[in-house]
Amino acid sequence: MAVTRPSIALVDCNNFYVSCERVFNPKLNNKPVLVLSNNDGCVIARSQEVKDLGIKMGVPWFKIQTLVKHHNIVVFSSNYTLYADMSNRVMQIISHFSPNQEIYSIDECFLDLTGFQHLNLIDHGQRIRATIKQFVGLPVCVGIGASKTQAKLANHLAKKRPAFEGVCDFNTLEPEGLDRLFSEIEVGEVWGVGSRTKKRLAELSIHTVLDLKKSSPKVLRKQFSVVMERTVRELNGESCIPLEEVAPPKEQLICSRSFGAPVFSLIDLTQAVITYTTRAAEKLRQQKSVAALVYVFIETNRFKVNEPQYNNGLLVPLPEPGNDTRLLVGAALTGLKRIYKPGFAYKKAGIMLNDLSCADAKQKGLFEDAELQAHSKSLMQAIDKINGIMGSGTIKFTGEGLKKRWQAKAERKTPAYTTRIDEIPIAYAIG
Amino acid sequence: MPDILETLLPVFGSAVSAGFPSPADDYIESRIDMNEYLIQHKEATFFLRVQGDSMNQLGILDGDLLVVDRSIPVEVGNIVIAAIDGEFTVKQFALSEGNPILKAANPAYKDISIDPDGDLEIWGVVRWAIHKLWP
Ligand SMILES: [Mg+2]
Repeated sequence: MAVTRPSIALVDCNNFYVSCERVFNPKLNNKPVLVLSNNDGCVIARSQEVKDLGIKMGVPWFKIQTLVKHHNIVVFSSNYTLYADMSNRVMQIISHFSPNQEIYSIDECFLDLTGFQHLNLIDHGQRIRATIKQFVGLPVCVGIGASKTQAKLANHLAKKRPAFEGVCDFNTLEPEGLDRLFSEIEVGEVWGVGSRTKKRLAELSIHTVLDLKKSSPKVLRKQFSVVMERTVRELNGESCIPLEEVAPPKEQLICSRSFGAPVFSLIDLTQAVITYTTRAAEKLRQQKSVAALVYVFIETNRFKVNEPQYNNGLLVPLPEPGNDTRLLVGAALTGLKRIYKPGFAYKKAGIMLNDLSCADAKQKGLFEDAELQAHSKSLMQAIDKINGIMGSGTIKFTGEGLKKRWQAKAERKTPAYTTRIDEIPIAYAIG
Repeated sequence: MPDILETLLPVFGSAVSAGFPSPADDYIESRIDMNEYLIQHKEATFFLRVQGDSMNQLGILDGDLLVVDRSIPVEVGNIVIAAIDGEFTVKQFALSEGNPILKAANPAYKDISIDPDGDLEIWGVVRWAIHKLWP
């Protein structure tokens, strides 16, 4: 029986957040652009021009102010509303190219192209690129290999080496050619090899991808872990990590943020905690889970060593696992009231939903009341639906407050071009 | 308010009717869905707002809402969104002596020729201009 080699593709957007900004501001094409993390803290996305200036991922913004001025770098606060919508569009488009898709992050997904080999897969990859570019204006690269680890590496090459024109398929290369290519890439570029692992591999004289590929999986399993063994097998073209078409429910959901300005009062903290819990509850229902515990925490600014410090958190169990916003907010606020102490300048608050399980597998609890349950479910569905259609926050829970003094700093945020009717782009008819 | 009602009704409607088959079921059709009618390719469709009067003579007025589809190829006569000097501009795509140009719907404005090497980009094709008549 002939066994076909798997063809796994990784489609990854180039400089995703920056590219999203450029779709709606064509002026930014070919200009240095960067995007800051929540609260305008540090750099989380860079255009090629910014990378070429040597600005690294994660550097605090205040450290590069002079560079920014000197090179006229355009700086944005992150606009997650926009990025999430663009991501959904990209993933939808890609799903038309194969029935088996695993969304791996906001800007990348794996596609199983095994069985599509009658097509020229490089052409297929080019079609994916052209379609995404035309439909939503975003540049992507496609890497193809016999395993997910190979696909990741192929994608890296598709991005770095212009000769590939954005699509690199390891399965089309002769074994010698592939080895030569692998010998030119640092081992740190392999999926799952972090800087610490890289150092330990160097001690074993493993420096390039080829070195790792030629290593004995069994020996590395002893030295490292079963994960490293799998990586070596995957580099050798043996597919060990299956595509997860349905992402497993996350075991905990966190929603927390630093405040733009210090917060003192219980009222302001209450508003923040209600907002975060509402968001987390929405996500919880989206993944069809229920939570059993709510953890709420508040922190002062630990970098201001001269100021009085206070950090505390409390895990509040629910009477029964659930995903009703009112239930979760009630628990979070109970906890907040217990841990709040006046007289401190709070910098951060957050909540965490723990012990998540599938909503269908939920056990019958003491407080279970079929009618109440059905009412809660339809109310939450209606709220999610309305907020989904009319914009998140259309229906809010009392106490969330309209004036959000604590809201994070986002001074350079672009409009929600695709999700709010009063923020759509202008088409000029003046010339 | 009507929008909210429309969202809620199917939820409660189905709950109430469960277990009561009605002969009226045969006549029930889904209500007209404007999203479906106006949007052919939802991943590639964007909305823009008109500012200015240079397209008046084609009935595209200041303040109109444009439904822009990026997935369809541009054809002569189409209304398009072009990025000119980095600014979104609404124009008509036309030919002048065989060369592609962008026209305003107003003789007061000059045609713009499309230089294949220039940084003019056709951003999308306008499928609809929605004009509001009642505040
Ligand atoms: Mg990326």
